[in-house]
Amino acid sequence: MRIPILKLHNYLLISIQIDLDDQSAIQFQEDLLSKIHQSGATGVVIDLTSVDIIDSFIAKVLGDVVTMSDLMGAKVVLTGIQPAVAMTLIDLGIHLQDVPTALDLEQGLIKLRQELEE
Amino acid sequence: MDFQSCVNINKEWDIVGARQIGRDFARKIGFGTVDQARIATAISELARNIYLYAGTGKICFETIEEIDRKGLVILAVDDGPGIAEISKVMEDGYSTSGGLGAGLPGVKRLMDEFDIISEQEKGTEIKAVKWVR
Ligand SMILES: Nc1ncnc2c1ncn2[C@@H]1O[C@H](COP(=O)(O)OP(=O)(O)OP(=O)(O)O)[C@@H](O)[C@H]1O
Ligand SMILES: [Mg+2]
Repeated sequence: MRIPILKLHNYLLISIQIDLDDQSAIQFQEDLLSKIHQSGATGVVIDLTSVDIIDSFIAKVLGDVVTMSDLMGAKVVLTGIQPAVAMTLIDLGIHLQDVPTALDLEQGLIKLRQELEE
Repeated sequence: MDFQSCVNINKEWDIVGARQIGRDFARKIGFGTVDQARIATAISELARNIYLYAGTGKICFETIEEIDRKGLVILAVDDGPGIAEISKVMEDGYSTSGGLGAGLPGVKRLMDEFDIISEQEKGTEIKAVKWVR
């Protein structure tokens, strides 16, 4: 399944609404990188409000997406991580330390603006 | 043991199928949202390991009831290559596939009980239990 990527000014907005299988996660990674390349976007918000499971594979894909986008010159903020998901990530030993996060989409956009102004 | 339900793992999408069925089970037994997420995540890890390292296998679920408590047993069985050094694969960060190596040590922390039996060339059987709090 393809995850839609919306463009708003210099930003790309993604809301993940499906239970991510490995293939869709990899596809999303590719789609996002080519969209950053095409559009010249400088910021990306990935909203995870509807995601109720992040296992080690999806965590790796998300972490990689952040690093890769950064290499391409776009800052990524992850938003809306559910409490239960945050707790399971810690059990998995995954801390997503270098990954900027925010409570919701709105806070995510504010954070992006701050990061890009620095 | 007589398991209530098993899911075969043959293709990548079965990983998603197994964790959804497992979450349903967990909800029906009475686990809260956080434990449902823990159980679904543990199943996802075990199912992916079967798919990646053994090719095929199955995940089975059973409810257990004791006088004073109730829980869910997850059994992950495959007849793949087996695991040579169990202590190694239980270390955080150990992976033979370029993964995070978070799967098995993660499952152990996500669940309350964890047992692994593996024989090289014969296969692997992992049993994990979570109790309703
Ligand atoms: N069912 C299995 N059969 C054979 N080997 C296995 C099996 N499950 C795990 N292993 C071995 O144990 C190692 C550790 O597994 P673990 O799930 O902890 O990490 P990973 O799968 O490598 O990475 P991650 O799960 O973080 O994506 C694997 O790399 C693999 O070599
Ligand atoms: Mg694994």
